[in-house]
Parts: sequence; C-alpha cells; structure tokens
Amino acid sequence: MESATGRGPAPYMNPYLAGLGLGLVLLASFVVMGRGLGASGAFSSVVALGVDAVAPAHAQANEFYQGYLDRGAGHPLKSYLVFQVLGVLAGGFLSGALARRVKRTVERGPRIGVGPRLLLAFTGGALMGIGAKLARGCTSGQALSGGAVLNVGSWAFMLMIFAGGYALAYFVRRQWT
Amino acid sequence: MNAPLFKFGLFGDETSLVVAFVIGIAFGFFLERAGFGSARKLSAQFYLTDMAVFKVMFTAIVTAMIGLFYLSWAGFVDLSLVYLTPTFLWPQILGGLLLGFGFVIGGYCPGTSVVAVSTGRIDALIYGGGLLAGIFVFGEAYPAIEGFVNSSDMGQLTIPQLFHLPYGLVLFAVVLMALGGFVGATAVEKILARKASES
Repeated sequence: MESATGRGPAPYMNPYLAGLGLGLVLLASFVVMGRGLGASGAFSSVVALGVDAVAPAHAQANEFYQGYLDRGAGHPLKSYLVFQVLGVLAGGFLSGALARRVKRTVERGPRIGVGPRLLLAFTGGALMGIGAKLARGCTSGQALSGGAVLNVGSWAFMLMIFAGGYALAYFVRRQWT
Repeated sequence: MNAPLFKFGLFGDETSLVVAFVIGIAFGFFLERAGFGSARKLSAQFYLTDMAVFKVMFTAIVTAMIGLFYLSWAGFVDLSLVYLTPTFLWPQILGGLLLGFGFVIGGYCPGTSVVAVSTGRIDALIYGGGLLAGIFVFGEAYPAIEGFVNSSDMGQLTIPQLFHLPYGLVLFAVVLMALGGFVGATAVEKILARKASES
C-alpha cells in the first residue's frame, strides 16, 4: 500500500522462500549445536526466576522451577534459549525495520474492539503457556525442530495444534474476519 | 564425522550463548520476512484464506530434514548426537490441542509473539504476559499434575523407529505429503479468494 508521505510496508517474502531460509537456519542450528530452535523455554526461565525472587523456599520445593534455576554457578537467565529469544527480538526488528513494517498497533479484525482483542490475546497466551509446558515445547522447539528429525511426539503435537486451531476457529471468527 | 560442532567440543558453554543469539537473529529475521509478526496473517491459516503458516513451516521442516539426512549420509553429522525431545504421548497430544486453541484465540505462538513485539504489536506484548501467566499456572500446578506430565513416556523415538521403516522412506513420504499439501493449500486459497471477490 502506497501512502501519501512515502513508501508503505514492503510485501512479505514468498512463503516457500521464507520457509527455505527458516529451514537452513534450523539446519545450521542442528549442525552447529546439535539442537533445534526454541522459544517457550526462555519464558519459563523468566517465570522461574520471578517465583524464586518472591518466594525462594516455594521455588526450591518445586521441581519444575528448579529445572530452570539450576544453572550451576551461572545466573538462570544465562541460558541458551534466553539468548536465542533475545536474538529473535533483534532479528525480527531488523527485518521489520528494513521492510518498513515496525508500527505500534494492535492486530485485530474489523469486527472487534481493542479491549476484547487484548483480553483474547492474554487468554490465548495463557493457554499456550500451559500447553507448551505440558508438551515440553512449542511450535518452534517441538513442531518445527522435532518435525524435521521425525520425532514421534512432535508430529502428534503438530497435528493436534492444527486440529485445535481449526476446531475453535469458528467460535472466534469475529476477532479475525 | 565432526558435527554437531558443539558436541565435539569445538567451543564451550559461554560461546554457545553467542551462537544462540546469532541463530536467534536469523530465526527472527525469517519469521518476520514471512509475515509472522502479524496475528492477522498467522490466524488466516485457520480460515483457509492464507496458508502461509503451513507453507513456511513445512518448507522449513522439509529443508532441514533433507539437509540433515544428506549431511548424516555423507558422514559429516552424527545424527545420534542431535537432541530429540523425548516423547510423552498423551501430555504432548493435550498440549498440542491447548496450543491450537491458544493460537487461534491469541493470534500468535511463543516465537512469533516475540517477533510481533519487536515490530510494535501491543497485542503480542499482552499475549506474552498471558504466556508468563500460563507457565506460572503450570508451575504451581506441577506437583499435582506431575504424574500426568510424565506419563506415556516412550523415550527418544523417531517415526522410522516406531514403524520399523527406513529413514529415507519416511523422509520421502513427508516430502510427498508436503508437496501435496502445498498444491491443495494454494487451490483452497484461490477458491476462497474468488468467492470473496464475487460477494
């Protein structure tokens, strides 16, 4: 879309080309590190650290939090996935800035207000937080990375993401269409 | 055989954090290029009007899968040293379902929400708050649901191992499925675009 004051946002990359790029990044991650990509683990580190700061004894007693707090002598935020997510933040901004797509806005369809949209965003995030921890990974760590190494659990997980999304799409259509 | 490089001690833990950051930059870059910093673009997958999520995801899976297969076949990568998340079937099935619900309700997945935040999406920031809240709920519930979370443990298991099929054959089937999916997805997009322009 051309705007009066200058050039508007650039069109998105061809999906197959973007997928090829993403696939090569994933391949590089396997070859260099022996592991795939990830995102949700970084959020878990933040939560575990927060609980530890407020109620250390409570966090000590919980095996789940401990998994993210035991970093030997290092700080819990000095974790692989925390650094990866910081990179994603930088890379996303770089691409967005180059394509003039950085814009303070709320993504929503024409039939929903800002308030309800933000409420749904929070709700969806919370469901995903629970789901990703149950599944030991999210779309990045499980579906994408595990999919490429033909991991059984990852494929079951991936099919269920699409099933869940399509099953509920009708009921939240007013948010998007 | 000298890859994965990290597993062969080419660099240590400190350096691996730099590697994580650099890989993250490339990861975020391509996610944003694909349009995945936009919840409307992502959610369109579930209304069949724009299937970029499927196309990008499966092109990436096929690319990395074939690349890894050939690098392993050429003796460069030791596949047994590439980490496989253990399969816990039922928790992963339920987790996937919750992720699917959360995806269409929230508009993002954890990785894409980070990209959306980096390009100024306020709803992605709120989504991130929800994500932290959900993980907190899981953490608090963990002692009570630990049994289920660790149930149906099948260990590190690949599809070729499960069905006793050659790795290359499964790989070939996935490629065929992806190609079929691409053709089908594009056909559906075209039909819906025509319908939209008629109405």
